[in-house]
Amino acid sequence: EKSKTSFFNKLSKAVAGKSKVDDDVLDNLEEILVTSDVGVNTTLKIIERIEERVSNDKYLGTDELNVILREEIAGLLSETNVGEETEFSIPTDKKPYVLMVVGVNGVGKTTTIGKLAHQFNAKGLKVVLGAADTFRAAAIDQLQVWADRVGVPIVKQDMGSDPASVAFDTLQSGVAQDADVIIIDTAGRLHNKVNLMNELTKVKRVMQKVVGDAPHDVLLVLDGSTGQNAFEQAKQFTAATEVTSLAVTKLDGTAKGGVVIGISDQFQIPVKYIGVGEGMEDLQVFNKYEFVDSFFK
Amino acid sequence: MFNNLSDKLDKALHVLKGHGSITEVNVAETLKEVRRALLDADVNFKIAKQFTTTVKEKALGQNVLTTLQPGQLMVKIVKDELTQLMGGDAEGINLSGTPTVILMSGLQGSGKTTFSGKLANYLKTKKTKKPLLVACDIYRPAAINQLHVVGEQIGVEVYSEEGNQDPVAISQNAIKHAKSNGHNIVIVDTAGRLAVDEEMMNEISNIHKAIQPQETLFVVDSMTGQDAVNTAKTFNDILNFDGVVLTKLDGDTRGGAALSIKSVVNKPIKFIGTGEKMEAIDVFYPDRMADRILGMGDVVSLVERA
Ligand SMILES: Nc1nc2c(ncn2[C@@H]2O[C@H](COP(=O)(O)OP(=O)(O)OP(=O)(O)O)[C@@H](O)[C@H]2O)c(=O)[nH]1
Ligand SMILES: Nc1nc2c(ncn2[C@@H]2O[C@H](COP(=O)(O)OP(=O)(O)OP(=O)(O)O)[C@@H](O)[C@H]2O)c(=O)[nH]1
Ligand SMILES: [Mg+2]
Ligand SMILES: [Mg+2]
Repeated sequence: EKSKTSFFNKLSKAVAGKSKVDDDVLDNLEEILVTSDVGVNTTLKIIERIEERVSNDKYLGTDELNVILREEIAGLLSETNVGEETEFSIPTDKKPYVLMVVGVNGVGKTTTIGKLAHQFNAKGLKVVLGAADTFRAAAIDQLQVWADRVGVPIVKQDMGSDPASVAFDTLQSGVAQDADVIIIDTAGRLHNKVNLMNELTKVKRVMQKVVGDAPHDVLLVLDGSTGQNAFEQAKQFTAATEVTSLAVTKLDGTAKGGVVIGISDQFQIPVKYIGVGEGMEDLQVFNKYEFVDSFFK
Repeated sequence: MFNNLSDKLDKALHVLKGHGSITEVNVAETLKEVRRALLDADVNFKIAKQFTTTVKEKALGQNVLTTLQPGQLMVKIVKDELTQLMGGDAEGINLSGTPTVILMSGLQGSGKTTFSGKLANYLKTKKTKKPLLVACDIYRPAAINQLHVVGEQIGVEVYSEEGNQDPVAISQNAIKHAKSNGHNIVIVDTAGRLAVDEEMMNEISNIHKAIQPQETLFVVDSMTGQDAVNTAKTFNDILNFDGVVLTKLDGDTRGGAALSIKSVVNKPIKFIGTGEKMEAIDVFYPDRMADRILGMGDVVSLVERA
């Protein structure tokens, strides 16, 4: 709170009645953004936007400033991020709605799936989980624990079996069970590993044998404490699977996850969810204004 | 990103070319680009600033020898400074205990459980030790199971107590078990925790006090951004850890977090993780890390072109 107030105070002093912002204040803004992992490029872009606004609408008051700062930063987030959505929802015209979850190692894919399953299940939707991480030690057991915790069925095979085959089975079983939502867990993989990325493309393709337009949503999970490498992650996962939404996890710590601003801007992918803990309830629908505000806290 | 950086430095180095010595004025642009390269590599904001100031001080007034372009000299200064900051020679692990107790710590998903397995495997095969792995993560779904699977893969016994909710007691019991079963290494895997989670930080502090490890390792994901300093500092304040493990370096991250952590806690980086398999462990080489952070391959080749 303290740094937030003092930053806005400084900003207003530097801008009130002027057509240019003081360098000191811009330096301060740069520090806040860069240390939130926004990255140099995106930070410069934001600063340019602020400067432009200030020179256009001269004689700004304090209140307007606060609004401008938020607007210009939030404005970079993909337009589909209206920032007013508060409900966990899925389109009603797709049944089953197939969600595939991807990302690098350890970011929180399986946990996010457990939390999502809980949200959908609580809304009375029928959820089926698919354990297509057949590689990481005890990955299947981990998803099983989540399935039991939430009380939803899981489709699985043995460790080491073909992930595409598990996904195929899950969709067949989901269709047979008249499921509303099917969520496929995949093994963590670094985006620079060509074979593993190809495997993901295959998993996606095989699903379409059961449900023609599946997956309806490819959710890329990003660890909120990741820095600029997240850009490359978004790029490569998009190339392999056409990522359609983002989740940012572990925002209950001191990391800010600012890198998603540039990612959402560059790839036009909306951020849908944020993870704020390890429990079942610790998933929130993304709100861009709250997100931006957290940088200044 | 690589091309961009090369282009920028190319331009910046051009300014230096043809000057007899490095001055405040002609070096400014280069320093700006170096700082930017560091930030793009996820070096912490403040540390990148400090770093470029130090480099500037070292560079100012240096005469450029006839054989060395000013740009080359700058690159050399940057690289030397970075390597020195990353730490001198690779530092080993202290195996003096009977048994030697090694405690893992770090954020969620950083790679503690995987690294515990890798380290056990390394000590077993390379140092002919008899390790015991201890499962003290009682929270994460199937964490205990995960360690058992890992232990089986490498043929190392895993100690766990299903149902026991007290990690301090589990770790103490494990050491007794190790002593009476001839294990000379005990590797204690713990749950991931956030530095701001007081209760969980107290827990690991209590484990640390109870078992007094010879080695406490802080395991960190090499893709970590600006937050690396906060986390490393808090874990170090509480555990006074002995070394750092940098995981997932098989990716394409520049790994600037390594420099940030080194600068903030001044503890050696002892090992790196380079894959998901049990063999994917290596000791740490400061100069390679320095190269990686700055993309020195690029920089050197562009200076040669200049
Ligand atoms: N504090 C916090 N921890 C989280 C959050 N999301 C996940 N985690 C933790 O992060 C760790 C890794 O989570 P997983 O769900 O296993 O990650 P994953 O991406 O499935 O990992 P792999 O399958 O191994 O690639 C676990 O300890 C989770 O409890 C979050 O929002 N906040
Ligand atoms: N590519 C790669 N993956 C790694 C490396 N080290 C660990 N992993 C993967 O990262 C993910 C998380 O590793 P874990 O060992 O479960 O991490 P952890 O710190 O024990 O996680 P928590 O117990 O949930 O806090 C898994 O998918 C591992 O296979 C590495 O060096 N390279
Ligand atoms: Mg997983
Ligand atoms: Mg673990």
